[in-house]
Amino acid sequence: MNYRRIIYDYIWLILFALFSLGSLFLGFAPGQKIYLNFYQFILEMASFLPLMFLLVGLFDVWIPKEKVEKHVGQGSGLLGSFWVILLATLQAGPLYGAFPVAYLLSKKGASVRNIFIYIGTFSCMKIPLMTFEIGFLGLKFSILRTLFTLPVFFIIGILMEKYLGKNYKVNPATLQ
Amino acid sequence: MFLDILPTLLTVIILVSAFLYLIPGETLEAILGAKSGLLGILIAALIGSIALIPGFIAYPLARIFLDRGIPPTTVAVFITTLIMVGILTLPLEIKFFGKKAALMRNFLSFLGALIIGLLVGYFL
Repeated sequence: MNYRRIIYDYIWLILFALFSLGSLFLGFAPGQKIYLNFYQFILEMASFLPLMFLLVGLFDVWIPKEKVEKHVGQGSGLLGSFWVILLATLQAGPLYGAFPVAYLLSKKGASVRNIFIYIGTFSCMKIPLMTFEIGFLGLKFSILRTLFTLPVFFIIGILMEKYLGKNYKVNPATLQ
Repeated sequence: MFLDILPTLLTVIILVSAFLYLIPGETLEAILGAKSGLLGILIAALIGSIALIPGFIAYPLARIFLDRGIPPTTVAVFITTLIMVGILTLPLEIKFFGKKAALMRNFLSFLGALIIGLLVGYFL
């Protein structure tokens, strides 16, 4: 990787760093506030991403393709969807944390439908977040939302499979 | 894989940080409370789709909205679009899923979130 490539990739980070430093020296309050937000998000990311990538790495090495294909692949039916939902509810973190897992599921032969059911349930049925939701918005809100959410994600999964075709694969998101 | 997505991820986090500063909770409350009915719900859906607010901030915020008298349907739609649709994270999603799949997923999730929010609001 050459220097030009690195500068190109990190141009926004470099500009943001200059902006933050400038704000600090000039006492520009909005810039400092934005930097504080950024810092908190970085902390959040640092608290779950390494673990996520570790799990993805272990999952990649330890769990054979045949197993994934058999249990959550094409023709795995409702039980297959149940497994990906279970996997999603046990996780934590923002939605983008689910993308690497989706890639791995796809690589190991999970069906397109189950990949999108996984992404959907990850977005709003994670148990750590649900406890938070119940605490602030009440049990009734949470139960109602979950109840209506599940069928919607089944439908989205089926539509996505129809739209993209059964052979669709998630990219490893590497640089081209 | 981690190093490959790092630049995109950091750019997304910069966008989100700026967004949270530019549109704080009080502003959101004023916007969501200003219009009632269908227009209010649509505004809530649009803001929820663009915004990326972590759950530990979003839920307490939603509680405040409810307490201040913003209709449950509006709050429910805001929450469902917030967690299901991610306009700011689209660059990252496109890296993994491709443009076609990422756009379609967000579009379908937007419709889904709207339906779920309306149903929750109706039954609450």
